[in-house]
Amino acid sequence: MEKLFMKGNEAIAEAAVRAGCRFFAGYPITPQNEIPEYMSKRLPQVGGVFVQGESEVASVNMVVGAAYTGTRAMTSSSGPGLSLKSEGLSSLAGSELPAVVVNIMRGGPGVGSIQAAQMDYLQATKASGHGGFRMLVYAPATVQEAVDFTYLAFDKAMEYRTPVLISADGCIGSMMEQVELPPMKEAEKEDLHFFASQYLNPKRKVITSMLPVESEQELYNKKLAAMYQKWEETEFLKEEYLLEDAEYVIAAYGTSARIAKSAIQILRGKGVKVGLFRPITLYPFPYDSLRKLDEKQVKKVLCLEMSIPAQLVEDLKIGLEGRIPIACYGRSAGMIFTTEDVVEEIERQIRQEECE
Amino acid sequence: MEKVYTRPKSMNPRATGYCPGCLHGVATRLICELIDEFGIQDQTTSVLPIGCSSMGVFHFDTDMIVSLHGRAPAVATGVKRCSPKRFVYTYQGDGDLAAIGLSEIMHAANRGENITAIFVNNSIYGMTGGQMAPTTLIGQKATTAQDGRDPKREGYPMKMCEILAQLEAPVLVARCALDTPAHINEAKKVLRQGFQNQLDQKGFSFIELLSNCPTNWGMSAEKTIAWMQEHTMKTFPLGVFKAKE
Repeated sequence: MEKLFMKGNEAIAEAAVRAGCRFFAGYPITPQNEIPEYMSKRLPQVGGVFVQGESEVASVNMVVGAAYTGTRAMTSSSGPGLSLKSEGLSSLAGSELPAVVVNIMRGGPGVGSIQAAQMDYLQATKASGHGGFRMLVYAPATVQEAVDFTYLAFDKAMEYRTPVLISADGCIGSMMEQVELPPMKEAEKEDLHFFASQYLNPKRKVITSMLPVESEQELYNKKLAAMYQKWEETEFLKEEYLLEDAEYVIAAYGTSARIAKSAIQILRGKGVKVGLFRPITLYPFPYDSLRKLDEKQVKKVLCLEMSIPAQLVEDLKIGLEGRIPIACYGRSAGMIFTTEDVVEEIERQIRQEECE
Repeated sequence: MEKVYTRPKSMNPRATGYCPGCLHGVATRLICELIDEFGIQDQTTSVLPIGCSSMGVFHFDTDMIVSLHGRAPAVATGVKRCSPKRFVYTYQGDGDLAAIGLSEIMHAANRGENITAIFVNNSIYGMTGGQMAPTTLIGQKATTAQDGRDPKREGYPMKMCEILAQLEAPVLVARCALDTPAHINEAKKVLRQGFQNQLDQKGFSFIELLSNCPTNWGMSAEKTIAWMQEHTMKTFPLGVFKAKE
């Protein structure tokens, strides 16, 4: 397997090409610019198409058109751009179209800051657009995982005919690491057939997210709901690190989880029993890991995020059902906690526990 | 007996959902006749917008995408770039194309996408109930400009052909009307050129069709024709604004 030293954004783009992506449309926004730049050069080399959209909105709608033809298609952006793309994400979900969308997260709200952050968790998992749809959401913690999940995302998008989101913080996009790239796949167009056709024109490929009869639209809603139910049973990914004897559990994803791991190693050296719960899919959320935590053993769960206010905490509350207290520690807007900050925060939580 | 006039093959055999007297039916028929004449029914992808024209989903017997408000030219770009052998056209109203979709149509035109954009301009939002459009005439009443459009407040009607003709890339920019048989025949001729341009890989064609809206203009179908001739065509003169060889 060839090993390369690559920047996260470029590695994501190359992984997409190897996964068979042959259409990309995007708009410049920091910190993801290397993805469209790389694609503009790389896609024509493999017979693919790159279009620099006039806007985020146009870019995601070009992906709608490309996906309709059965082409593996992608767009990428960062926070403010994802908000603009939300109509298109909803349209993809409403029209059972497969596509991969990458969000290299920065600070927020509004324009926010262009530095690395994890401030789009709730947008990614709860309401990426109107109409109650969901996306499979992968949150890589290394450049290698960014490659692996981007590669996987195209297969999942096609399998389920859904938009799939790669939710990576700006650190992953900007950092260079050693990666093993997956093999180049044959990029053949899929012959897609659409739910709407049977109601509108069975002998043609018709897609619309607006089924004219209410009962048909409701049937489509039920179809999506059944798919999301299945995802919750089969598609979640997680990492559990030193949880067996843990008295304190850090819950974190992406770069935060990596920093947490370093902190856990230091704390373990000091005899503190700390472990890590890392959701890899943010949706479906691996609640089971939280349900099986023993409240007699675990004194506290620390929600660790590059976001203020905390967002991941909403899913921790659902998973823990009030059995174990939760504390939140985060930095935001491009300010990133160090390993030492996390060690100190855990020690502060322990002192607080002892005082109580 | 010889049949000399019949429903086009690519038009589904059902009544249109349009209001009585609406000229969308004529525009739909012209497009279907041309699809039949060029023999491209199976290779055509219709890209529809939001608004009355989205009812084309019932009428055009072709592959089809109903896109979001204003986005048809972006969606068509994605389809055409991935499937260059397909005949791809957009069918958009004036609220859709000249307001919320202004950016998409301008840039698809400027990139010279090899698609055919058909713009049905009736100077008002139809489906949502008669709100003011960018193309509403000065003094024309709308449910969001109840005393009539006042240029001091709402600006002037936007002339899409004149705007798009400034761009370098488009190969055809023309405005036709659907008010009389002569104008309908002329519109078909121009549409045919717009189809041919795409089939010849020439690039972006834009054909505006002036239309009516008896329901939201608040007049009989017959009176809308007179109104079009007395008012609409004075603001929006017919003609070919750009034609590249």
